[in-house]
Amino acid sequence: MCTLEKRGDLFLLTLTGDDEHRFHPDTIASVLSLLEQAKSQSTRGSVLITTAQGKFFSNGFDLAWAQAAGSQTGAVNRMHQMVESFKPVIAALFELPMPTIAALNGHAAASGLMFALSHDYVFMRNDRGVLYMSEVDLGLPLPDYFAAMFAAKIGTSIARRELLLSGKKIKGEEAVALGIVDSAAHDSVEGVVEATVSLGESLAAKKWNGEVYASIRKSLYPGLCAMLSLTAKIAASP
Amino acid sequence: MCTLEKRGQLFLLTLTGDGEHRLNPTLLDSIRSAISRIRSDPSSPQSVLITTSHGKFFSNGYDLALAESDPSLRVAMDSKLRSLVADLISLPMPTIAAVTGHASAAGFVLAMSHDYVLMRRDRGFLYMSEMDIGLVIPAWFVAVVRAKIGSPAARRDVVLTAEKVTAERGLEMGIVDSSYGSAAETVEGAVKLGEEIVRRGVDGHVYGRMRETLLKQVLHAIGSNESGSDRIQNSGSKP
Repeated sequence: MCTLEKRGDLFLLTLTGDDEHRFHPDTIASVLSLLEQAKSQSTRGSVLITTAQGKFFSNGFDLAWAQAAGSQTGAVNRMHQMVESFKPVIAALFELPMPTIAALNGHAAASGLMFALSHDYVFMRNDRGVLYMSEVDLGLPLPDYFAAMFAAKIGTSIARRELLLSGKKIKGEEAVALGIVDSAAHDSVEGVVEATVSLGESLAAKKWNGEVYASIRKSLYPGLCAMLSLTAKIAASP
Repeated sequence: MCTLEKRGQLFLLTLTGDGEHRLNPTLLDSIRSAISRIRSDPSSPQSVLITTSHGKFFSNGYDLALAESDPSLRVAMDSKLRSLVADLISLPMPTIAAVTGHASAAGFVLAMSHDYVLMRRDRGFLYMSEMDIGLVIPAWFVAVVRAKIGSPAARRDVVLTAEKVTAERGLEMGIVDSSYGSAAETVEGAVKLGEEIVRRGVDGHVYGRMRETLLKQVLHAIGSNESGSDRIQNSGSKP
């Protein structure tokens, strides 16, 4: 399902297996648990890199599991459960006392893209993988904290429209041009991971205070953090 | 400390001397007093303010050593800079920062509090140093960053990565309007821009009120006594 390794200063969180890494209550709980582990083991200079195996970074919530409830009401309840239980994963990434980098090995859709965007830096491949907010195509409403993430992290109304309203499948080069990801200059999964490790190591070398880092990160996104019920722990001072 | 000259319709405010122009209470009072004199000058609604400095630094931020020795001075510096930035935001004339040296932390905020930022490209950088020295950035500083830097990635680079932003990067990020080959050329560029604006004929009073509307979120953050956490809780604004 997912693993957490330590490589020097770097924590490497991997969604394992060749599947779509859909978020389901069990995977959500696993990821949350590993993030808590990383947090408890963090020191100055820690950095998190998140990646996945196979063709997908994550293809979103497990809609099949929702449908398997057997009734309309049941399906809606299961969707609601996933939406609500996923919020703490996003919150945990925003609170993580270390820089975070997403290394997209492949497609990131819906909550999978949310997961990616919750990181401080996002790298993807230029040869494979698209970013896609499927909700408009599936006729699913966007949870409020999803909308807040896009408003916070994606700077132009054109980029937000392309993703959320046009339902566009965006490849690496365009994702960089739209300001959605930091880099797509990598034409293999090894390439993107190597680049994130390199960035990770240069950030680790700063030996930053993780609590201060998390506090400054949260102050950049006040609207989104309010929605995730996050507050900065340290009071501001000159 | 600082001098104020009038050149035609241009007010030139210079942070003098070869030091770091740390924003201690005395310097802040001095600058505020100069702004006050500008405001009460009858020609002000048809004028332009240019702020610049001598030496290697535009301003290296608050006087942290002083704050360490006396915490009440930390509060005083924060309070005085809030007032100064609010003054600049309501000033009834366009403002230009001619950044001729390093601008860090509170010094960077001071530069960004101007309508135009012109910078030398041969040396010097803009730097939100707090992450590197382990200090949380005041919530109202972040409000200035959010108002003046449009791209989420650039905001992150400035505030979270603590990038030392050269003029070239500043242009890319949209923080810097234009760059010049030397300190003297930067001031010259500011003077040219100022004269161009004067020629266009701006009603300073309307200008000042428009700027206040545009930077409403910043004024709100300045006016609040909130710490970072309160700011997040009370924020009903769009990110």
